[in-house]
Amino acid sequence: MSSSLTPQAAAEALDVHTREMVEWHFSPETGCPYWLERVPALGFDPLKDVACFADIQKFEPFDDEVLRKEDPARFIPRAFGKRPYNVFETGGTTGMPKQRIGWDDYKTDYTEFSEHYGPGFFPQGANWLMVGPTGPRRLRLAIEHLANIRGGACYFIDLDPRWVKRLIGMGEMRMAKLYQEHVIDHAATIIRHRDIGCLFTTPKLLESLAERMSLVDAGIRGVFAGGTTMTPQYVRFIEEEVLEGKINFAPTYGNTLMGLAISKKRAPGEFSLTYHAPQPRAVLRIVNPDSPSELMPYGEYGRVELTTMTKEFFMPRFLERDEAIRRPPCDEFPWDGVGDVRPFQSATKSVIEGVY
Amino acid sequence: MNIPILRLGSEYLSQDLVELDLGHESLTTHTANPGLIRRDLLRISEAKAALDALPADTLATYCEQAAELFLHADLPCGDAVQSPREYVESLSALTRLPHTLVRMNMGKIHAAMSQVRTIIAGLTRNMPLNIFDRGITRIDDLIIHYFPITSSLGVSLPSNAPAVNSLWIPAPVMKIPVLLKPGREDPFTPLRIVQAMIQAGFPSKAFGYYPTTHEGGDTLLTSCGRGLSFGSDATVKKYAAFPSIQVHGTGRSKILIGEDMIQRWPEFLDVIVQSISANGGRSCINTSAILVPSHRDELANALAAELAKIKPHPRDHPDALLCGFANPALADGIDERITAHLKEPGASDVTVLHRDTARKVDAFGQTYLQPTLISCADRDHALANTEFMFPYASIVEIPQSKMLSHIGQTLVVSAFTEDPHFIRELLLSPDIERLNLGAFPTNRVQWEQPHEGNLFEFLYHRRAIQGNVAVA
Repeated sequence: MSSSLTPQAAAEALDVHTREMVEWHFSPETGCPYWLERVPALGFDPLKDVACFADIQKFEPFDDEVLRKEDPARFIPRAFGKRPYNVFETGGTTGMPKQRIGWDDYKTDYTEFSEHYGPGFFPQGANWLMVGPTGPRRLRLAIEHLANIRGGACYFIDLDPRWVKRLIGMGEMRMAKLYQEHVIDHAATIIRHRDIGCLFTTPKLLESLAERMSLVDAGIRGVFAGGTTMTPQYVRFIEEEVLEGKINFAPTYGNTLMGLAISKKRAPGEFSLTYHAPQPRAVLRIVNPDSPSELMPYGEYGRVELTTMTKEFFMPRFLERDEAIRRPPCDEFPWDGVGDVRPFQSATKSVIEGVY
Repeated sequence: MNIPILRLGSEYLSQDLVELDLGHESLTTHTANPGLIRRDLLRISEAKAALDALPADTLATYCEQAAELFLHADLPCGDAVQSPREYVESLSALTRLPHTLVRMNMGKIHAAMSQVRTIIAGLTRNMPLNIFDRGITRIDDLIIHYFPITSSLGVSLPSNAPAVNSLWIPAPVMKIPVLLKPGREDPFTPLRIVQAMIQAGFPSKAFGYYPTTHEGGDTLLTSCGRGLSFGSDATVKKYAAFPSIQVHGTGRSKILIGEDMIQRWPEFLDVIVQSISANGGRSCINTSAILVPSHRDELANALAAELAKIKPHPRDHPDALLCGFANPALADGIDERITAHLKEPGASDVTVLHRDTARKVDAFGQTYLQPTLISCADRDHALANTEFMFPYASIVEIPQSKMLSHIGQTLVVSAFTEDPHFIRELLLSPDIERLNLGAFPTNRVQWEQPHEGNLFEFLYHRRAIQGNVAVA
């Protein structure tokens, strides 16, 4: 689906959205205690000094440890009053979890995702199965919302990534493998006994599931996957062999703090993925790891920087633990994309990722 | 040069590539993602059926023919054809092994292939080869039945020891398909063996060849019915929970000289130097510790003088024995570790008295670690029972009566003794994997004896069989 905006118009819309969100979060009538109390230490006045997205650079990179230490209630915008909220936790973090509160953002993100793919990609009315981390995660509600707005129900198989990480940390590779087999057993049972047309899962669980059965023969028509690095070879393998070239595949990049970035359409034989953030609600930039205020040139790897700006959550310049190639705007998404995402510095040091 | 993946005999070009420098040209290896290996295992029954369709005797003949092809023929190597000379030069360029050692390793592999009948006879205790065709044989009046407990053997190979490929070579003759993960710096050796076997007549479906990541290696080992791996103590620990995986870890091979023969120590210098330094000191069957009941200082001094004569040479020099380090940081780490341990009392470097350069030297565009002998007054010193990837050994004085309680797990013991009581104790020791009685080097190989574990017993189990066996 092509965007109706030009890159320039998208940039202008982002500037307008930036001003609105900064005004919302830093006005005493609407903002949250955490940001309002931070103003004296910022060294500038966000209400006066932030006129466009470029001015977000005036903020220091967001320290996500705040999300462990602070009571999540300190992020409730005053304008939301006593409206009940969800507390979400990030994926595989062990120890004290990082938490983000939310109301409707996940519905906005996943409604937009649904509209992007149209009615045929994930058949309208089909039931979904989510196999992966559920529990206190935004994704669990988001996938059910996605299934529901497309006219289907959603089944769930939980996998606890914190336990998998602990098993691997203890050197219990065998037990980690058994746990994954247990999850896949359960998922295979649901697929065999219920009418499932669409799947959300991680690529590794998808592979394992397809080793048990032909997903095509099982009636799966669309797969939505995310959560780990997908190299071009991996994407090719998933599409050609796991999905047998017959199932629609929507790889995404996302997390609790951003929402989800959709991958742009690829030409036949092209397997390199480029993700585009749900701008203007979130912005992804590829920055110089040694000087995060500098953008990397197009085509080069740099660290992923995320800025999230919704009425529910404001998080400027969070440096993700990922790196990616900066890619230019395209017809579908008239703003920068991030390509071939991988763990930060994985080319130079050993990184454990993709435990599930 | 491009080296693709072999997926049960079929070439596959990956999108994930590793570029390596051969000096005169670049080499690209294609990396298999772990799921691709598991996917191929879903159709391993086709590979097993292809081997089952041929008599084991025919497969043994193919293996003998493949030995000659491996040693002498131009063979496919990805999109190129590789002569034996090009194999030697390319492998040397990647691993820094001198040409002499690559050729020596080629010779060992050739021997393993050409003597595969002897090896299998040793492993099966002389059962006829048709045990792999029928599953049943008769020895004297006893009916014996063996069945394969796996339809695949996964092997994760190292980069620094081409000859370890000889360990998996009997498997396809025993009708077990093999899936190989080459070491990053040695993509050539397992591929050359596989290509020689295919040219000789083996069905190509019997072989998987997967340059892959560490995760891919784990997948290969844990997903095949049986796995072989090589590495350090950490590798042993990593796979300890998997009874289907046999790990060839640190050897800590030793020479024990008995009280009855220690007076004759000058006669043993050549054998001990060979045990320490053969194959550049990189093998698990190289001696890493010498235990003597007396005469430690005299023997140490004489050995150190001999070891110090071994100098670095260019990789193509006919006398080259020392290997450069493809990764100089590894040499730095080993050198720093030895130096740090020498600051603890109870050990001293004897070789340093016999050479005028440091242990670590840069020469001929490479980094070398020169032979090192550490004399340990403290038998429990950190350097007394360890192993490094270069000619390194310790020498420890300890009463003969205490040697066996002191050695710990040891791959090879060469016991220089004719004392019947000591020999009896050696034969009963549970800590020794391979025992040489007499003044033999620890790196001595006899093909009819198992190396470390018995591959046949690893791949096949014996089952009781009774009743009307004649119809089987």
